Amino acid sequence: MSKKLLLGDEAIAQAALDAGLSGVYAYPGTPSTEITEYIQGAPITAEKKIHSRWCTNEKTAMEAALGMSFVGKRALVCMKHVGMNVAADCFVNSAMTGANGGIIVVAADDPSMHSSQNEQDSRFYGDFAMIPFFEPCNQQEAYDMVYQGFEFSEKIGEPILLRIVTRLAHSRSGVEGKTQKPQNEISFSKDPRQFVLLPAIARQHNRELIAKENEFLKASEESPFNKYIDGPNKQMGIIACGIGFNYLMESYPEGCEYPMLKIGQYPLPKKQLTKLVEECESILVIEDGQPFVEKQLKGYLALGITVKGRLDGTLPRDGELNPDSVARALGRENKQEFSASPIVEVRPPALCQGCGHRDMYTVLTEILKTEYPLHKVFSDIGCYTLGAGAPFYAINSCVDMGASITMAKGAADGGFFPSVAVIGDSTFTHSGMTGLLDCVNSNANVTIIISDNETTAMTGGQDSAGTGKIEAICAGIGVDKAHIRVVVPLKKNYEEMAQILREEIEYKGVSVIIPRRDCIQTLARKKKQQAKS
Amino acid sequence: MKKDIILSGVGGQGILSIATVIGKAALKKGLYMKQAEVHGMSQRGGDVQSNLRISDKPIASDLIATGKCDLIISLEPMESLRYLPYLNKEGWLVTNSTPFINIDNYPSEETLKKELDKVPHKVVINVDDMAKEAGSARIANIVLLGATIPFLGIDYETVKQSVREIFERKGEAIVEMNLKALAAGKEIADKHVQ
Repeated sequence: MSKKLLLGDEAIAQAALDAGLSGVYAYPGTPSTEITEYIQGAPITAEKKIHSRWCTNEKTAMEAALGMSFVGKRALVCMKHVGMNVAADCFVNSAMTGANGGIIVVAADDPSMHSSQNEQDSRFYGDFAMIPFFEPCNQQEAYDMVYQGFEFSEKIGEPILLRIVTRLAHSRSGVEGKTQKPQNEISFSKDPRQFVLLPAIARQHNRELIAKENEFLKASEESPFNKYIDGPNKQMGIIACGIGFNYLMESYPEGCEYPMLKIGQYPLPKKQLTKLVEECESILVIEDGQPFVEKQLKGYLALGITVKGRLDGTLPRDGELNPDSVARALGRENKQEFSASPIVEVRPPALCQGCGHRDMYTVLTEILKTEYPLHKVFSDIGCYTLGAGAPFYAINSCVDMGASITMAKGAADGGFFPSVAVIGDSTFTHSGMTGLLDCVNSNANVTIIISDNETTAMTGGQDSAGTGKIEAICAGIGVDKAHIRVVVPLKKNYEEMAQILREEIEYKGVSVIIPRRDCIQTLARKKKQQAKS
Repeated sequence: MKKDIILSGVGGQGILSIATVIGKAALKKGLYMKQAEVHGMSQRGGDVQSNLRISDKPIASDLIATGKCDLIISLEPMESLRYLPYLNKEGWLVTNSTPFINIDNYPSEETLKKELDKVPHKVVINVDDMAKEAGSARIANIVLLGATIPFLGIDYETVKQSVREIFERKGEAIVEMNLKALAAGKEIADKHVQ
């Protein structure tokens, strides 16, 4: 088969399609979005009726995938790392139920936080759930891990986790595909109570899962993704996980003098690890993300072997690895020929010119600053988070999906006024609806702005679960219809917008204002597509 | 053969379309390739870059190391300077001269020119004007690509063929316009090299 030039995300998608996927379940999130988009665009998806519609959030995605596994079919679940927190309830419990049809959960971590709120390392989740997990170093490995992963998941009867990082997700290289497999037929577990996690059953499952530890370890020790590569200089042994291996090889184009252990599959292969530790005087751990391997190897009191890495400053404690930081750790610093130009200024991202969020913030900041100088605005995750920067400086918080509404409620509960929330339509349906119910139930004095651009904009304009339903959802949750106000955020409507804002801030209770106008980027894309067809 | 290329610009300018053409040409030549892109938040008017690595041997890192970059291709002059620490001693900087000003503290034209003058190997051209001359402002990135031909390590014919294949489905007139843009860029760069 010929090589295709694919993003890491696309390689994962292609592998899943080739391996007989029946459904992908995901909520958009950088850097994972392109996996689902690739599957949605593949001709085979429509032809073989592979499920690929976006989910409302990562938890619903994980649960639906488990349902598909329940009936014996293969499912892929994709999310960015923080999505793992949302999916965690089902994810951890899916290790307790086990899988029937193969399940692969892809967690796309974002070291250096290019588009994220934290740097959490999803390998901890794999360890926490006690299931095998994988970490590819390149696009081909990502393909191979997913292609073989479904079969492995079915063999061990557990979901598996694939942990990738931004640099792999959004980098392109040649990938060789394998033969297309058919989808599984519907089939059920022999144990009718496999998925019933009543305490008595769960305790049994827990013991069974623990009993599988040796099987997982053996698979890891025999895995082609874990490689021991010997070297003559035993002063140091190097453990390189996932993409860290690339930076190591980049520093040694002619071959490395130290013994190396390349890690791609977990739990860590004990046999190879023991050999490396026994033969070498010290160990250097190169891993992108948090010091997951390093910490385990070193131990809390660091009384055993000498381990170098992120914890002792050999590598930076935070941020993504790069060829320079790894070269420096190896004493092979890259030489800079030209110094950085002093005239280069920071160019932060900003809301697009013509964006409806801009009009919303223009009026909101004007009213709040002049009429309510003591205001606070709790915001959320999306394009409108950019309201934090120039020229608006409009928001006081951005924490997690949905936190705008609930934090505004908490502030109002504490007696604060005016407490304003700004959230987008997709984030609202992802995790804002339950918080709104809390507001309604305690009649919190909050003004909630659902800035509706009818798309999931920041990740590239995916469908938004609530399009056309936002007012009905709010009314259904119990917001008084008189205080659900819709307005078109355009300059000509500034007076109307200002008046609505004043009225709803003054209303002592839950009010929802919905400034609604198409995202200009999504609109342009739609028009382009229409012109094509 | 090894070419480490940094493409830079401002989100929305279309640096990835340049990468697509070079990538296609590299594959035609049977070369290995890795291309790290930027998606997500910074696309909204922020600075964007892509690391494109081409080699006749397998490539390890997706990212280019400090002092190892052979060629900076930039659609925006200040953005071209952002990556100077990556450029190697003999490396070339090929950039559009038209500033994209969306920040208050953008350097003055004079300061910018002075800084660019310090770079020993460079081609600085107004690709926007040249693109308009060649038929459309939208092909500015192809003009810029043309100006990199002497430094790409891939022959002109192969790049032309890639441009042809990528724009084929848009009709012969579009193909010709892009080829004209490519030629115009190349001509200027050839003069610089001489």
